[in-house]
Amino acid sequence: MRSIPGIGYLLIALVLVFTAFGSGFATVTNGFNIGVQSSVLLLLALPMTLVIMSEGLDLSMGAVLSLAGVVLATLLMNGRSLPAASVAAIAVGALFGFANGLLVVGLGIPPFVATLGTLGIAQGLALVITGGQSVVGVGDALPALYESRPLGLPFSIVIALAAFLVFRFTFRHTPFGAYVSAIGGNRESLVLAGVKANRYHVGIYVLAGVMAGVAALLLTGRMSSGHPTAAIGMEFDAIAAVIVGGTSFERGKGSLGGTVIGVLTIGVLKNGLNVLEVPSSLQVASIGVLTIVALVIESILEPAARRLWRSA
Amino acid sequence: MKRLVFRLAAIATIGAALSVTTESFLTLTNLLNVLRQASLTFLIASGLTFTVLTAGLDLSVGANVGLSACLAGTVMQSTGSVALGAATGLVFGAGIGILNGLMVTLLRLPPFIATYGMLWTLNGVTYWFMGGDTIHGFPAGFRALGSGYWLGVPVPIYLMAALLFAGVVFTRYTTHGHEVFAIGANREAARLSGVPIRARLNLVYVLSGAMAGLAAIVYLARLNSAEADIGEPLTLPAIAAVLIGGTSLFGGVGSLLGTLIGALTLTLVVNGMNLLAIDASWQPLVTGVIVILAVWIDVMTRRRAEATI
Repeated sequence: MRSIPGIGYLLIALVLVFTAFGSGFATVTNGFNIGVQSSVLLLLALPMTLVIMSEGLDLSMGAVLSLAGVVLATLLMNGRSLPAASVAAIAVGALFGFANGLLVVGLGIPPFVATLGTLGIAQGLALVITGGQSVVGVGDALPALYESRPLGLPFSIVIALAAFLVFRFTFRHTPFGAYVSAIGGNRESLVLAGVKANRYHVGIYVLAGVMAGVAALLLTGRMSSGHPTAAIGMEFDAIAAVIVGGTSFERGKGSLGGTVIGVLTIGVLKNGLNVLEVPSSLQVASIGVLTIVALVIESILEPAARRLWRSA
Repeated sequence: MKRLVFRLAAIATIGAALSVTTESFLTLTNLLNVLRQASLTFLIASGLTFTVLTAGLDLSVGANVGLSACLAGTVMQSTGSVALGAATGLVFGAGIGILNGLMVTLLRLPPFIATYGMLWTLNGVTYWFMGGDTIHGFPAGFRALGSGYWLGVPVPIYLMAALLFAGVVFTRYTTHGHEVFAIGANREAARLSGVPIRARLNLVYVLSGAMAGLAAIVYLARLNSAEADIGEPLTLPAIAAVLIGGTSLFGGVGSLLGTLIGALTLTLVVNGMNLLAIDASWQPLVTGVIVILAVWIDVMTRRRAEATI
């Protein structure tokens, strides 16, 4: 039996509460709002799931996203074409991901400190490039792309869905998925089986960097500008979504579907608190509380579920 | 011992380079200023050192300083009582430490995740509490704690010396102190030897929180104002100070004296950048690079030690 993660109940409870108390929460428009608001977070949370399953962590994603956004906006402002600027932004992400991978896998530096260091570097670079100012005047191409509605859906939702499908397919139907779980759970067996575990391990971090670059496209499109601290701390939301979605830091356990539920829960929570006019600063705090609640539920449910399973 | 000499030599080298390249480095005012800055970093980093010694980490120290300073400042202004304000800062700082400890010991969260979550939660609460306001203007007697002099030496330096002394006594001559090292070196062995793991882990996180609370009060006195964002730039330098000081992220190895040397080294670098008129936006970048270098050395030292065993 595949159990519903504890957070599934929490998501349902949140939706019910906000529907009851917040007028204008349960509407189609607002549903799309939640989807759009959650899409950037999903782009970060998907690779973060893989990073955490490999017993790693990437604290630099928010800062790298900000830096990629600043690079993108600066290039666009200087009249470069959208494809060229996008490639550059994603390359910046990939470069930082590669650096993280080298530090963690090659040098054996604990991931949370290695990525804390690159967080500082990315944030510093973004500040140095912009002098701490917003980059405006990014032209029309990117905002127009962001406003477009392929398949009748908002652009960012389409990108987020596509990313989920690609991740899920790769995870389920290629050896990559099994390798990711094994890197966290049983690296030795992977190496003995002749798999170049180190390459895949670095690859996970590169993927995280690339997705931060892609997320920069959406975020910059939404804001029509680049800002050096635009996404600072967003990696925390992503980590929270992954943990809330039931992925564990031990033994390569986790699922991408759980992460989607985690992202949606955070999206619903933020949106619902907005509807209830709770200040945005407290919404940040509420995500921390949500994560703790989810973990407590999980720790209460899990032994109970196991006991049921055994007695059955 | 050899590593200590190596670290002191690094400080001497940076100092010598700055004396040659700038005119204002080798003045009494600037050197005392460096020491004062270093003592503030040391206050935060000292509590953090204990958590790292247990193979843990407290990423929430900077945010803790921010919230504790804002609360202490508000209480101080609304009641007019310095003692009450200072007590508020200390109690809240330690209280946040208790929450961190409980997340690590009861919920069994990895410390870096628990305290990272705490960082953003505290940031949110602080911004909400301050609502964009700045509090400033505290009694002169209180401000002396951060910016005053006694016998020609800045007051925070005495605080640093007192804490260093207390910390060294704690780590070297008390059972609790030894147990902190034991947990970091080999948790299972410590447990089997009867060390109360949970109680000691709670203790180090409370210490870290309380030190952040104390640092908040000194910062408040130094800045003579409090805003929601004052804690944000403090976390990375504190971690860098601990790591430069040779305390191993893997636990069980390190010292408060090392952390002091780490705080001095980092402050010298930042002070040097200021004197050389290098834009302040370079500071997070440089600190980031230093953190990575320090951990890399830590990892290599550990590998070499393992190879010789």
